[in-house]
Amino acid sequence: MSMINYASREINCKIVYYGPGLGGKTTNLEYIFEKVNPETRGKMISLATETERTLFFDFLPVDLGSIRGFKTRFHLYTVPGQVYYNASRKLILKGVDGVVFVSDSQMERMDANIDSMHNLYENLAEYGYDLREMPFVIQYNKRDLPSIVGLDELRAQLNPDSVPDFEAVAVKGIGVFDTLKAVSKLVLKSLS
Amino acid sequence: MTLETHGSWSFSEADVAEIEKRLGSLIAESKGRSAFLVDRTGQLITTVGDTNGLDGMALASLASANFSANDQLAGLVGERDFSSLVHQGERVSLYMADVARRVILGVLFDQQTTLGLVRLKAGLAVAALTELFRELFARFEAGARPLSMEAGWVNEAEDEVERLFRES
Repeated sequence: MSMINYASREINCKIVYYGPGLGGKTTNLEYIFEKVNPETRGKMISLATETERTLFFDFLPVDLGSIRGFKTRFHLYTVPGQVYYNASRKLILKGVDGVVFVSDSQMERMDANIDSMHNLYENLAEYGYDLREMPFVIQYNKRDLPSIVGLDELRAQLNPDSVPDFEAVAVKGIGVFDTLKAVSKLVLKSLS
Repeated sequence: MTLETHGSWSFSEADVAEIEKRLGSLIAESKGRSAFLVDRTGQLITTVGDTNGLDGMALASLASANFSANDQLAGLVGERDFSSLVHQGERVSLYMADVARRVILGVLFDQQTTLGLVRLKAGLAVAALTELFRELFARFEAGARPLSMEAGWVNEAEDEVERLFRES
């Protein structure tokens, strides 16, 4: 959960990008890293395998600057999407303030999307969090590929509660900042 | 008593002053270079001592991940936790210890001291910090919700989000 340090006048919020393997979570962070003003972001840390699959997490701190005297910062994390890395995924969710679910729009990845969404609910429940009461947005990634599921079907399967959702092509940056802005604002609102 | 179940939290200036005083004593007594405190979710609470060139945010993120992985390893061999971790370097080493399963104390040290002395003094600091955090969390339990920013702050922050999160 968020931490306010009144001595250093800092507020830190943790946002986690979740979703099935190879869905584009790391790509979202890489795009943000490349495109935000370099003075506002820290070093991006990737704990990945030799084949660049996320092993533990990616981490990118982004500084919102000083708001009414409080230095405000978002800590962006990804989790490893592959099914067998659940222990790592659960650890990264500890203390989360907001979640982005990055789904893969391709038809053959629909089962993986649904499994990952169930896994997200389960892992959050183990910490006593209820996703329906948290800042949460969904991104439908890879909208430029052939054989994709229609938006209505994706929404029906993955977004029954109608949380804010966005179509994206993360490798081209499409939808990346819209997604980040939406979850960031929900997190900020949750602080009031 | 463990403190691991607590959610959001905030520190007053007095809290941080007390923590930094304790860390300052630890550095002086152990002859370490610097000491830091990070929360288990990866947030830096404070650093004291020679922190020149140290990326505190990266340090906090990796230290908490390191400790979380450590907990899982402990579980695999039938232990509840491993209470400390040592990373031995050629010039600089890092000693980390758990504080009440909610916070991690780290000490960076070089050849001016020994692991034994650092471990001894850190153990005393952990005991003192555990007591300090116990009081801090007891205040949260008794009091109101620790985090609450005024509406004006949220509006300004949202404007800043719009300005920052775009292609530069």
